[in-house]
Amino acid sequence: MELKTKIHAEDGKQELFITRNFDLPVELLFEAYTDAEIVAQWMNTNVLKLENKNHGGYLFETTDPMGNKHRFNGTIHEMQTNAFITRTFQMENTAFPVQLEFLVFEKVTDDTSKLTMHVIYQSVAVRDQILQLPFAQGINMAHNRIQEIVAKNK
Amino acid sequence: MNLRRDVFQAIADPTRRGILLLVASQAMTAGAIAANFDTARPTVSKHLHILTECELLTQVQDGREIYYKTNVKKMKAVADFIEPFRKMWDDRFNKLETIMKKRHNK
Repeated sequence: MELKTKIHAEDGKQELFITRNFDLPVELLFEAYTDAEIVAQWMNTNVLKLENKNHGGYLFETTDPMGNKHRFNGTIHEMQTNAFITRTFQMENTAFPVQLEFLVFEKVTDDTSKLTMHVIYQSVAVRDQILQLPFAQGINMAHNRIQEIVAKNK
Repeated sequence: MNLRRDVFQAIADPTRRGILLLVASQAMTAGAIAANFDTARPTVSKHLHILTECELLTQVQDGREIYYKTNVKKMKAVADFIEPFRKMWDDRFNKLETIMKKRHNK
C-alpha cells in the first residue's frame, strides 16, 4: 500500500517537503487549519491564539505527560482561503531557531485534496536535528521505562 | 524482502527499543535481557529473534552461552532514519482526516 504521508528530505539541504493526500474536500482540509477548536483536537494542543489573516499569528500550548507546558508560536505571514498559508514556526524555550513553512492546499477531486508543507530551516544541521527528534524521543521513552523497571526491581 | 521496512517495524516496538538500549552498553545473554522486562521470556526471545534477523543485534558465542550485542553500524543507520518523524505527521493527519469526516457527515 502506498504511504499517505510522505517526507522528502534530500541529503545536505536545509529544507524538506511533507506531502499528504486526504479523503476530504480541500475546503474541509483548510478548515482544519483555521478553526481553533479543530486545530486543538488534531494537534493535541491548547490554542491560545489563532489569527488567520495576513500579518496574523498563532500561539499553541501543549502539556506533556510529565505536566510540563511547551509553547509554540509563529507569524501567519500571508494566506489565501483553500489555497495556501505561509507562516513561521518556533518552539519557545528551546535552542531550535524559527523555521519558515509554506503550506499549499490543492483540490484533487471534489472529495479529495492534497497538502504540501515546504519547510525551510536555518541550516542543514538544524533540519537534521528536527528530523531525528521523534526518534530520539522514542529512545528516551524506552530509556525512562527501563529506569522505572530497574528502580522497581531494586 | 524489504529490509528497510523490517528495521522500521523492529524499532517501532517500545520493548525492542528498550532491548536495544539495554545491550548498547554491554553484551548480554537472553536470560539477562529478559530479567529486565515484565514480559514473558518467550516474548523476549521473539523480540531478540526479530532484532537479530534485521541485523540490529548480533549473536556472539562464548563457550555455552550466546550473548547479544548491538550492531553499531546498523544502529547508526537507524539513528538517521526519518520514519518516526514521518509517523508523527501521519498520526496527526490521520486524526485530522477522522475529525473532519465526522463533522462532514453530521
